[in-house]
Amino acid sequence: MIKNILNLGDSSIYYDFGEQINKETNKKVISFFNSLKKANLEEIINLTPSYNKLIVSFDLKKTNFIELKKKIKDIKTSNIDEQKNKKIEIPICFDEEFFLDKERLIKKLKLSAEEILEKYLNKSYFCYMTGFVAGMPFLGDISKELRTDRLKTPRLKVPKGSVGITEQFSNIYTFESPGGWNIIGKTPYKIFNSNNKANPVLINPGDNVHFFPISKNEFLKLDEK
Amino acid sequence: MKSNFFEVLRPGINSTFQDLGRENFYHIGLPFSGAMDNRNYLLSNTLVNNKYEAAIEFAYQGPLLKYYGKSTVIAVTGDVNFSITKKNKKLINGECYKNYVLENEDELDIISTNKSVYGYLSVSGGFVLEKILNSYSTFSRAKIGPFKGEKLFVNQKILINKTSDFKTQKKIKYVNTKIEYIRIIKATNFDFFSKKAVENFLNKEFIVTKLTDRMGMRIKGPIIENIKEKNIRSEGIVKGTIQIPPDGDPIIMLSDHGTIGGYPKIGVVISADYDKLVQLVPNTKIKFKLVNLPEAEKIYEIYRLETDNLINQIK
Repeated sequence: MIKNILNLGDSSIYYDFGEQINKETNKKVISFFNSLKKANLEEIINLTPSYNKLIVSFDLKKTNFIELKKKIKDIKTSNIDEQKNKKIEIPICFDEEFFLDKERLIKKLKLSAEEILEKYLNKSYFCYMTGFVAGMPFLGDISKELRTDRLKTPRLKVPKGSVGITEQFSNIYTFESPGGWNIIGKTPYKIFNSNNKANPVLINPGDNVHFFPISKNEFLKLDEK
Repeated sequence: MKSNFFEVLRPGINSTFQDLGRENFYHIGLPFSGAMDNRNYLLSNTLVNNKYEAAIEFAYQGPLLKYYGKSTVIAVTGDVNFSITKKNKKLINGECYKNYVLENEDELDIISTNKSVYGYLSVSGGFVLEKILNSYSTFSRAKIGPFKGEKLFVNQKILINKTSDFKTQKKIKYVNTKIEYIRIIKATNFDFFSKKAVENFLNKEFIVTKLTDRMGMRIKGPIIENIKEKNIRSEGIVKGTIQIPPDGDPIIMLSDHGTIGGYPKIGVVISADYDKLVQLVPNTKIKFKLVNLPEAEKIYEIYRLETDNLINQIK
């Protein structure tokens, strides 16, 4: 469970779940995150789960590190398997126009383009966390044969909707932004939608994501911009 | 009923609507946003008898606005040069921390900030805006906020809520003092850095660079040498976190920061010093000073009482 509890600055608690990065550790983080969210304490102003950490930011006007730490200790954490996590199907188009790092990956992974797609589509992925920019999901784990490092020089602009891979993870660029992941395709879905007030992101931590291939024509029809 | 509104004649460099910030969306990648200098945001609102209405935050050069409608009351806070040109061409030099009546066809010109970055404009009753995800704050990078998350733009029409009858003159004496040093608390990767690096970090001067905006502040000084790991697993970061990327030049995370990051953290700026930190212009020299958590909490309590006192003086 929690290996260490520290303060991060004067208004955040840093829960460390240990150095192991895997689904098991992350499920514990997400269970803890869900329980705190459910508890809905008014002094908590933000929760940030990641692979093996949870950061709880609070309002220093209302509480402090020691007080809130004590209060949180009494909150029961329910197991993630008892919670309902969604299975989400995401369309992806591998057209030349969107498969930006095709040549690089063929060379690096010593696989054909078809083999890369097959191995990528073969699995469903667990969402470890969302963030960095609004709604970006960090998905894993991708097949061992697809793992490679980031681009040496990041792109200044990765198009919105691009799907990238690096190391054991995959992600979706929810906004045009700089980035160094290897881009394999693009989804027409709007992953982040601020008009959806109840739940502005399509993929949440703990969800399972499966990609299915679509043609360029289908992409253009589905494109939500 | 005729509407009351501002027309934007010049938007300024980085003018956005801001309020107290957007809570509870870090986990989906949305920063807190909100007014960079929280105290000045609260004071501009109080001077026009508002509580937590959205204010226009501007940086360096502010907007030039023309007002149409029934007379209303505005206030500007920060260290700001501004003027009001009346319909009959009479020019009034504006003073910060004092409210003014604006009448039909008056022009409000927020010329510039003085050796500081941010200033605030509030109007009595507030602007007519739509809350996005529970807040009026603008996060322009992801286009989240009123007016589709855009900064102010030329010819924009900004409606104001029904003009209140509030016309009381209000004024306080307040000087935005500069800080000699930024107080910080050790962060989780403090021991990643060499003894020499820590010594330099806490004793040498750093310079605020031009690579500074609402997301972050890059500072330059002696290289902070990492002797452990140059990257960590991506994890959450908070406002005020000082990260050291592989090049050794610190980045301080500000209100629109990415919610997770993979660079080691050496320290976090204490909450009480944040308003002053964000006002530092490029080329300012700064020094850090280490405090512990109980000290930071005590300093925050003083900061909060000072802010409350200022607000009560206006009321």
